[in-house]
Amino acid sequence: MIKRIFILLAILGLILMFLPFLRDFEFHQELGELSSQYVEGSVNDLNSQNVVTAVIVTYRGLDTLGEVTVLFLATAGVGFLLRKKKTSLKSRGSSELLQTGSQFLFVLIILTGIYIFTHGHLTPGGGFQGGVLITTAFLLLILADTNLKFNHKILLFVESISGAFYVIIGLFGVLLIGMNSFLDPAILPLGNFGKLLSAGAIPLIYSLIGLKVGSELTTIIDKMGGE
Amino acid sequence: MISIIITVLGVVMILAAFLAIRTKNLLAAIISAGVISLLASVIYLMLAAPDVAMTEAAIGSGLTTIIFIFTLKKIRKGDLND
Amino acid sequence: MIFALILGFLLLIIGIYGMLTQKNLIKIIIGFSIVDTGTHIIIVSIGYIRGKTAPIIDSGVDLKNAVNAVVDPIPSALVLTAIVIGLAVTALMLSFVIKLYQKNKSLSIDDYQELKW
Repeated sequence: MIKRIFILLAILGLILMFLPFLRDFEFHQELGELSSQYVEGSVNDLNSQNVVTAVIVTYRGLDTLGEVTVLFLATAGVGFLLRKKKTSLKSRGSSELLQTGSQFLFVLIILTGIYIFTHGHLTPGGGFQGGVLITTAFLLLILADTNLKFNHKILLFVESISGAFYVIIGLFGVLLIGMNSFLDPAILPLGNFGKLLSAGAIPLIYSLIGLKVGSELTTIIDKMGGE
Repeated sequence: MISIIITVLGVVMILAAFLAIRTKNLLAAIISAGVISLLASVIYLMLAAPDVAMTEAAIGSGLTTIIFIFTLKKIRKGDLND
Repeated sequence: MIFALILGFLLLIIGIYGMLTQKNLIKIIIGFSIVDTGTHIIIVSIGYIRGKTAPIIDSGVDLKNAVNAVVDPIPSALVLTAIVIGLAVTALMLSFVIKLYQKNKSLSIDDYQELKW
């Protein structure tokens, strides 16, 4: 009983904390100084149509590198906790119809994912969304075929190669342009505004992020869903 | 117009949140949490953030729900074996 | 958009209430994911500006006047990565639940009292 009273008190305290914020909150009428800088820089300097992509990949690129590292650590934790025991338990496989249909859809979903992360600087979407779509393609295979075994060497290879190249492209910026331009996309030609091959290294970096996120989330799904 | 849509969606989301917290059925709770994420992605679209809406629709309602269901499957299977 | 802000706070409070009152480990993690969604809605609604469009400068937006036509891109960028990290953290918590269940055969938090005082 006393516990319930404490919980109610905690919730009431939380509401009291939020109320002044809600009462005094004023919505912006126009962009702040930093956001205006980002929008103008994205249009004029980087040739990137999607401002969110420019913020994630270039202006806050170091943050994104950190977030990808957190994702890697969480995946490593899941893999460590759910180690597989060596069992060769074969259950009855799924029907031929289901397997063929899922393999047909698999290719289409993978192509959509690749489209989304290569066009990240033009349309909504990007590496994170494309990586998640690739993961859903693998999820379809896991659900359709109960005896499926992934080749973990390939997943590991893709994951580590894309992570390494992400850092290497960042270091190229330091090498070619100047000391404080880690992850600068201007190491490649910036191209014309609104074309696929524009915005310098942004499509390349976002594709690498997409491959990394896709392989890591596939590892998580496989570990959680495996027997 | 936007505020009407957000209010209606918000009422459904809060009901789903109460259901997710109060129900005894774990599967129903997991599905309700997925419904909250799916409606949240519509709200992000209303708030002019299509990138976030795409991510939330794929992750919040797709992968998170499936991870919860995989966990439930593993736990139920342990029940049957003992 | 004040309605979205209020909705986010309500979801946050419901989620914390669930985390405090529920005994089942999976229900606690569901409460955590509701708190996650609420926080994301709060952050995105802070960046919204009435009558402006998404931060994608295509043919529908005047290039010279782009600053006055779009909403704030920074909250979108922050929430985008936070959602992906949230999925990974949820997966990590759920794998801890699976491990605990394999060891003690219980999902109730009352059965794990090693750190209780």
